[in-house]
This record gives sequence, C-alpha cells and structure tokens, in this order.
Amino acid sequence: MHELSATQNILRIVMDHAERNHADSVSAINLVVGDFANIVPDCVGYYWKIITEGTIYACAVLHFDRRPAIFECDDCGSQFEITREMTACPHCGSDHVTFISGDELLVESIEIVRNEKEK
Amino acid sequence: MTSIKVPIIENILEANDFVAEENRKIFSEHNIFCINIMAAPGAGKTALIVKTIELLKDKIRIGVIEGDTASVTIDSDQVVMAGAPAVQVTTAGECHMDAMMVRKGMEQLPLDDLDLVIIENIGNLICPAEWDLGSHADALVASVAEGDDKPWKYPNIYRNLDVLLITKTDLIPYVDYDIDHFKSGVEILNPGLVTFPTSAKTGEGFPAWTEWLLKKTKAAAEK
Repeated sequence: MHELSATQNILRIVMDHAERNHADSVSAINLVVGDFANIVPDCVGYYWKIITEGTIYACAVLHFDRRPAIFECDDCGSQFEITREMTACPHCGSDHVTFISGDELLVESIEIVRNEKEK
Repeated sequence: MTSIKVPIIENILEANDFVAEENRKIFSEHNIFCINIMAAPGAGKTALIVKTIELLKDKIRIGVIEGDTASVTIDSDQVVMAGAPAVQVTTAGECHMDAMMVRKGMEQLPLDDLDLVIIENIGNLICPAEWDLGSHADALVASVAEGDDKPWKYPNIYRNLDVLLITKTDLIPYVDYDIDHFKSGVEILNPGLVTFPTSAKTGEGFPAWTEWLLKKTKAAAEK
C-alpha cells in the first residue's frame, strides 16, 4: 500500500548505481520482495512507468524475486510458509514459532547498457 | 554496446532507516522516551493518548506528533486540550508515517522541555509496520470491536511490538470477542508481549499502562 514511496526509493538507488557505473541506459532491475514486505509488484511497475517517463530508466524491466514468509517451529523444528493468515505449526500444532525470513525489500542488482561510442 | 550486471543488494527502505536512527539518537540526547502508537482507524488511539496525558501530565512533560492523512486538526485539538503540545504532520494521503515526517514534527516540538514524545501513527494495520520512525518503543492499539482474529490476519504488525493495548474492553459483553483467542494469536507472533487490556470509558487498565509508560520514560531520562 505504500508502493509509490517504495518505487521512489528504488529509483533513487538505481540512479545512484547507474550514474556511478556510467550507464547510458538501464535494461533490467532485479528486486527481492518478501511476502511480509507488503508490496504489490504490479503497483510498483505502474508507478515506475509514471515516475521514469522520458528517462534512461523508463525501459528497464522490473524482475521481482518473491520470497515467502517462512516460520520455524520451536518444538518440532520444521519450517513452513505463511501465505495469508497466520497459523500454528502445521506439522505438530505448536504455537511456539519463530519468524525466519520473508520481509526482504531489496534492490539485488541492475543490468546497465553502455553505448561505448567514444571508442 | 555492452551490457553489464551491477550487483547492489541495497535495502529499499535504507534511507528511511538512516533517518530513523538519527531521530532515535536525537530523542536520546534530549533524555526523551519516544513511543510510536499504531492502530486501525477507530481503534481508540486518540482517546487512549488523551487519557494517558491527563493521568501523566503532572508527573512528566509530554509532547505529541500527530500523523494524519489530511490536514484536519481534530486529533491534535483534543491532545492540546488535554494539556500537551502537539504538532500535526500530514502525510498527503500516504498510508503510513516515515522517519522524515517524524523529523519535521520533532523540529516543531520543544524537545528540551519534554520527557516523553508520543507519535500517533496513521490508522492502518499494514503499512506502518514497515517503517522505522526512530521511536524507542512501538505500541499497537487493538480494540475489541475489531474482532479477536486480527493477529491471525495482520501478523506482520504484531511481530515487532514492545507493548500491546487492548482497548474498549467495556464493549466485550456486546461483541463476539474471545480475549484468549486474540492473545493466543499474539503469543505465536510475539511471545510474552506486554499487554494491557484497557477502557478509556471506565478507566480500566490505565493505572497499569501509565505506570509502565512512566517507568520507561524515567529509565530513558536516567541513561
């Protein structure tokens, strides 16, 4: 629900690294998004088009590497995914569970293009 | 033309987290304890804050940063009437407050003359959980009228809480609310979370909650 501010932050990070690496354009952006980060990829793509219009970032393809929310049972040690609603351990029913991962929100890498026309 | 992959691995909210860390430092330098209060719309955040101010204003100096999606001053007016300086930060429709908005609020508060700063976040159970504001403690206000299934449906916001306030307990006879079912969901996500069942109408739970808050505030002042 806060995709606009998230998208603005993605652009800031991408611009920073594209400029530092003398990019003429950016062809792809690889993002890691955990389910618990509460970000809807389609919305990020929508805002991306709007805020990058007419720039060297406009044609970049956004790739989303979705990561599920994973919990581990403190009692039986099994790991399980939470997709929507929270549950107790599906294997042994224990309420003692620990959050392991799934709230990532990262720019993993970008793919840049250099025209090399000066050579 | 060459195509190059540039590895980055940078947290998208890193800029926010940086400002949040600065905010926390500024509060600490002023010996201020800062608590961020989150909740769904209508859970009773403002009623809780107003009653808390009334009970603590003779013991400590309290300031409030009010987050609102639009520039209506209903909440901040109530806080000022209760006897605390309040600044309003509008988020222009955004669903959450971020660390920069809190900084703007801090700049308008007399930090040298305060012991406790309460941030009233935007009414929302999803987005505020993602944004560190620079508070020392995060609280959630959950009213019994919202139902006892909320920890199961909005697990993320319960994970990193320091204190939970169950509000409107005077309504329990009139709504289908099983406090044990609610607490069992909380226990999965945040074992042993400090929880105060309260009612701003009857005053139930306020002595224990304000004592907790007072203790935290005094501990911050002594550091």
